[in-house]
Amino acid sequence: MKISKEQVEHVAMLARLELTEEEKQTYTEQLNSILEYAAILDKLDTQDVPPTAHPLPLHNVFRDDVVKPSISQEEALTNAPDAEDGFFKVPKIV
Amino acid sequence: MDLTQLTAHELSDLLASREAGAVELVKAFFARIDQVEEDVKAFNIFTRDRALEQASKVDDKLARGEELGPLEGIPMAFKDNMCTKGVPTTCSSKILKSFVPPYSATVVEQLAQAGSIMLGKLNMDEFAMGSSTENSAFAKTCNPWDLERVPGGSSGGAVASVSADEVAFALGSDTGGSIRQPAAFCGVVGLKPTYGYVSRFGLIAFASSLDQIGPLTKDVTDCALVMNAIAGHDPKDSTSAPVDKPDFTKSLINDVKGLRIGIPREYFGAGIDPEVDKVIRQAITKLEELGAVVEECSMPHTEYAMPTYYLIAPAECSSNLARYDGVSYGYRAPESGDIVSMFKKSRAEGFGPEVKRRIMLGTYALSSGYYDAYYLKALKVRTLIKQDFDQAFEKFDILLSPTAPTPAFKFGEKSANPLAMYLSDICTVPVNLAGIPAISIPCGFAGGLPVGLHLMGKAFDEGTLLRVSYTFEQNTEFHKVKPSLGVK
Repeated sequence: MKISKEQVEHVAMLARLELTEEEKQTYTEQLNSILEYAAILDKLDTQDVPPTAHPLPLHNVFRDDVVKPSISQEEALTNAPDAEDGFFKVPKIV
Repeated sequence: MDLTQLTAHELSDLLASREAGAVELVKAFFARIDQVEEDVKAFNIFTRDRALEQASKVDDKLARGEELGPLEGIPMAFKDNMCTKGVPTTCSSKILKSFVPPYSATVVEQLAQAGSIMLGKLNMDEFAMGSSTENSAFAKTCNPWDLERVPGGSSGGAVASVSADEVAFALGSDTGGSIRQPAAFCGVVGLKPTYGYVSRFGLIAFASSLDQIGPLTKDVTDCALVMNAIAGHDPKDSTSAPVDKPDFTKSLINDVKGLRIGIPREYFGAGIDPEVDKVIRQAITKLEELGAVVEECSMPHTEYAMPTYYLIAPAECSSNLARYDGVSYGYRAPESGDIVSMFKKSRAEGFGPEVKRRIMLGTYALSSGYYDAYYLKALKVRTLIKQDFDQAFEKFDILLSPTAPTPAFKFGEKSANPLAMYLSDICTVPVNLAGIPAISIPCGFAGGLPVGLHLMGKAFDEGTLLRVSYTFEQNTEFHKVKPSLGVK
């Protein structure tokens, strides 16, 4: 077993997912079987291989710092689950 | 004549010769939808009124004697992960069920500019994660060739709508095969363009280094026409390639003489259906007869592509989907207490099981202590997979394989076992890792179900893929065979 139920609980916390007991069990089993399958990668010596994070050789794509049209505050708030006085409203944080 | 069976370019000819009008086309397609949609269930939403309004503007142009563009007045639809201003865009997820984008994706703008007429938004696996469209939170899209089978995925609704003649063409997206595998399952043409060729602005992200939008069409000519409309650099997408686009229709050449085609033997390994294998071998023979030079080759890192993909894609997904927190848009769980509980409950209730599984896997692969062993390792193997392609393309113009190892499978057949489901993308996934283009075209039938021929090309060389596809299509009849959907 590469991953325990406690680790699944820790990962769920990092991912901000509330899991049921049943889900914890299922994901522990399924993640283990996927990770076991992924262990085949260990057969390859990749010490001197550079990583490819992205298929195109593009780096730091900038544009001129000019103001362009954007969506309005009102439009930005139309999909908000809760909004008040032009702000997104969330439960009390502090 | 049944208008809905025609290709986009045939419909365009009818509009140009005034033998049909744009409103007439929209009405014909909605009549077809009314006939078959109950069985196929390809759509999440229809935009009927809007379509008729747009079509009447095209008819006004025709009445004024103006010429139309090649896709003007042509009914089509978008996979429901492309933002459409004012029209719900759900990713077939409960978490975005009520999301109405305040802006449109670049491809949506481009096709609006081209005058194409949107009929609605198409069902998909939730957040494009899946290979059967069974992961949709809303509906089970059926394969028009056999309603007890899946259409493939994740662009299952898009592909089924084209196959069932509910639209003339559709746009899908492909992260590991989500255009090509369903195209193969439903017998249509599906192209995943080179990474960066088509703008991803407004495409709801799954795995940003792999996602690419592409056309789903009834023939190769339509594929080239849609590429003409959607390819090209977009300043709004920083991963958009700064390249000029050609006229893709110039590649519609009925000739493959002397073209070098490589057959990577690893793509014909264990798990391939013997009938699929036979159909693909027949297609290879056909291309040889037409003058192509065919030779077997080896891509030694192919077996590592699936595990590499299933670390990289979930890692990127876990990061991209962190934005669904119930704050600025999307679902918020009611009365969920403090803010962290609100995040956790909203995500738990909003996401389906496959999306959660991938978020969990990706979060684990990126977490402290495991990053090097999983994510970084996968990125390094990605380099080796890309190098396999670089080496193969020194010798060959294109590579050929089946699109999927089997024809469409039955509902529920693979949904209990995530790994078995993942393996249906074994031939398509390496292409996304390498960022190259690939196309699936109809090439025959196995047990009465369509089989797709998968052609892979060099980066930004869609031209050669279109040329080989066009030649194959002009010399075969498979693309003309239609599913015999029972019309009620």
